[in-house]
Amino acid sequence: MIRLVGITKRYGETEALRDVSLEIKKGDVFAIIGSSGAGKTTLLRIISMLETDYSGEYYLNDIDVRKNQEDLRKRITMVFQKPVMFNTSVFDNVAYGLRIRGLSSREVESRVNSVLELVGLYELRKKNAKKLSGGEQQRVALARALVLETEVLVLDEPTANLDAGNVQMIEAIIKEITDDGVTVVMATHNLFQAKRLANMVAYLNSGELVEVGSVKQIFESPEKEMTKRFIMGETYF
Amino acid sequence: MTWEYVLKGIEGAFEMIASLDVEVADIALRSIKVSGIATLMAAIIGIPTGVALGISTFRGRNVLRSFFNGMLGIPTVVMGLILYLILAPAGPLGSLKLLYTEMGISFGQMLLILPIVVSFTASSIESVEREIRELALTLGASRAEATLKVIREASAGVLLAVIAAFNRAIAELGIALMVGGNIFVRGGALNTRVLTTSIQMYVARGDIDIAIALGMILLGIVFVITTVSNFLQSRWVLK
Amino acid sequence: MKRVLVAILLIVFVISIAWVLQVQHQNQTRVLTISTTTSLYDTGLLEEAIAPAFKEKYGIELHFIPKGTGAAIQDAKNGASDAIMVHARSKEVKFMEEGYGVNRKIFAYNFFVIVGPPEDPAEIKGLSPVEALKKIAEAGRSGKAIWVSRDDGSGTNTKEKALWKMAGFDYVEVKEENWFRRTGTGMGATLNYANNVGGYTLSDTGTYLKFRKDGLISLEALVDKGEELINIYAIIIVNPEKFQKDFEGAILLAKWLTSREGQKIIGQFGVDQYDKPLFFPIVSVLEKKEEPIYDWILRYGLIEDGDKLTECPQRYRYQSSLTFFEVNQT
Repeated sequence: MIRLVGITKRYGETEALRDVSLEIKKGDVFAIIGSSGAGKTTLLRIISMLETDYSGEYYLNDIDVRKNQEDLRKRITMVFQKPVMFNTSVFDNVAYGLRIRGLSSREVESRVNSVLELVGLYELRKKNAKKLSGGEQQRVALARALVLETEVLVLDEPTANLDAGNVQMIEAIIKEITDDGVTVVMATHNLFQAKRLANMVAYLNSGELVEVGSVKQIFESPEKEMTKRFIMGETYF
Repeated sequence: MTWEYVLKGIEGAFEMIASLDVEVADIALRSIKVSGIATLMAAIIGIPTGVALGISTFRGRNVLRSFFNGMLGIPTVVMGLILYLILAPAGPLGSLKLLYTEMGISFGQMLLILPIVVSFTASSIESVEREIRELALTLGASRAEATLKVIREASAGVLLAVIAAFNRAIAELGIALMVGGNIFVRGGALNTRVLTTSIQMYVARGDIDIAIALGMILLGIVFVITTVSNFLQSRWVLK
Repeated sequence: MKRVLVAILLIVFVISIAWVLQVQHQNQTRVLTISTTTSLYDTGLLEEAIAPAFKEKYGIELHFIPKGTGAAIQDAKNGASDAIMVHARSKEVKFMEEGYGVNRKIFAYNFFVIVGPPEDPAEIKGLSPVEALKKIAEAGRSGKAIWVSRDDGSGTNTKEKALWKMAGFDYVEVKEENWFRRTGTGMGATLNYANNVGGYTLSDTGTYLKFRKDGLISLEALVDKGEELINIYAIIIVNPEKFQKDFEGAILLAKWLTSREGQKIIGQFGVDQYDKPLFFPIVSVLEKKEEPIYDWILRYGLIEDGDKLTECPQRYRYQSSLTFFEVNQT
């Protein structure tokens, strides 16, 4: 479904990503692990087509993304690490993407309400989203992306800085949708989370892709020494 | 002695308002009208400019931004003097016949407050620009739709910019005096006396209590406008 | 997007309406813009007495722009006004010499006063103006008195400079001394300052009487006699060859100011409030040759023109129905 070939991204002198190639299949829950500054977010932003200035090739369903950016962007949506809220009600936040797509107001209402039920925010739908707690905002952000029913969902550290209750709730939601066959690409520094949710894992270090494999392979018998050290270090910690 | 003035002034202000003193009402309304028009003009020129500066990244943007920032604090007397020389019949724009007219004051105040509208609009756009644009884009918006969303999200800040601009316009003296001339003829259609110029005139004439009363009215206008805008803004956020 | 467009159109509409209305008023109303001095303006004579009467008679609105005499002349030079009403002969002559002004008419006079604290530390009460200034300078240099000057190029300031010269002082030098304070502002503010520091100053009668009556100052008029203190107001019309202004209207005003009706209004202004006039009509003095004022006006208000003294020399007259006072020099 997603194929990246030799992606290199520079910010001035520094290389955020160097020659990254990988493939993500339909229905995968693909976790990108690595310490902070490894380039996880940059990679996700390229996949989400928010970053356009890079070298290399990117195909979505064999269509060249670099030539069709504007059309293809509607097929992928990303949930940012730090939730950004529009200064409107929870309902209007979630409805935004649907309205952009020109859905009828009846359809918007029913889809938004059902997603809000899913993330447990139906009661708060009339409240201004900026007045919610961090955990609630992260759930709004998730609902806002889910409601679009895009082919690919990109999540950047979906549970960073949240309390245990919210982490559990959000992980349960992710679990539920991935069971429905949605393709998910997520970045996380939490190895347990990757283990719990993903079927594929990629280890990124200093902008270079070290190893890609199934959860089982990466966590139980990594090929590279570097991957092993990262897994061990994190696990002991 | 000073306190006596203030008390007498407050008393006088209430008396003037209670008795609906025609002359005072005329002057106060002219202040609102002249500065209101200045604010409207500054808004239709300044908001698009501010939005453009806040959104785009063209070459020279920073120069323009610092230019408008620098103009924020320009002394009104300097502005008044420059405008006087430009608008005087012997000056480059003398043929517009704006010197010593209401529209002349509006025009001058517009130039005075334009930097406020531009800079505040640009900063409120900038403060939401990146986050909101990317959010809108990833939710499927086109580039134009994302820009529109950015502007909408910044609108509370833009409202604040416009209110701040109006308050500066109505409270300034230099332009109203030098370009307006504080003209007053009973029943005249071309008067230019506004609150600030009449305050300075009454001070010069030694009628301190009237000056203070007019000052109270000016403060009242600014206070009401600010309160209303705060209310609107809180509604905006809380909705 | 639509709403934004509607809002913009609405705003443009409102602004254009305001502009059109103003232009319409400008075209409908005949207006004379007169740059004038603060001492005339701040008493209220112009706006409360002259403007309403003139408007009633001719339907012309008078717009007065109060500035110091220097600034008022500058205003006219910028083409902003139809005429000036000022009180500084030397500057008036220069204004006409440069070709900006024509047809000078004198229309009122009063007296400057030297005011000071009631204790009068320099002991000037009853002295002649020149003697008084000498005493004040003496007391000032020994730290007993303060002189407050407007130093703003106004008519009052011009008179003050002339008085210092008569007393044998160079204004440029004396103003740097530490007993000599400069406010650089209008008469009212200067009186307030002099009152606060217990200083002496030169004031026009109108402003002084008003401030005194309103209880704003406790300064007393210590020297109010002497021909040197005479203060003569003149109107000068902007040269129609310099700027396209309402020359005819300005002529009308100059004529009316020196007419029986205008002179009466000037002479009566302020009598109700202050029990004495703030300004005196000048025409009757010239006609009846009332001494000693007549002589003082000749000396301080007229201009030499060959072997004659006149309010406006021949070369500064511009075709009009005005007549000018002339007298042979003796």
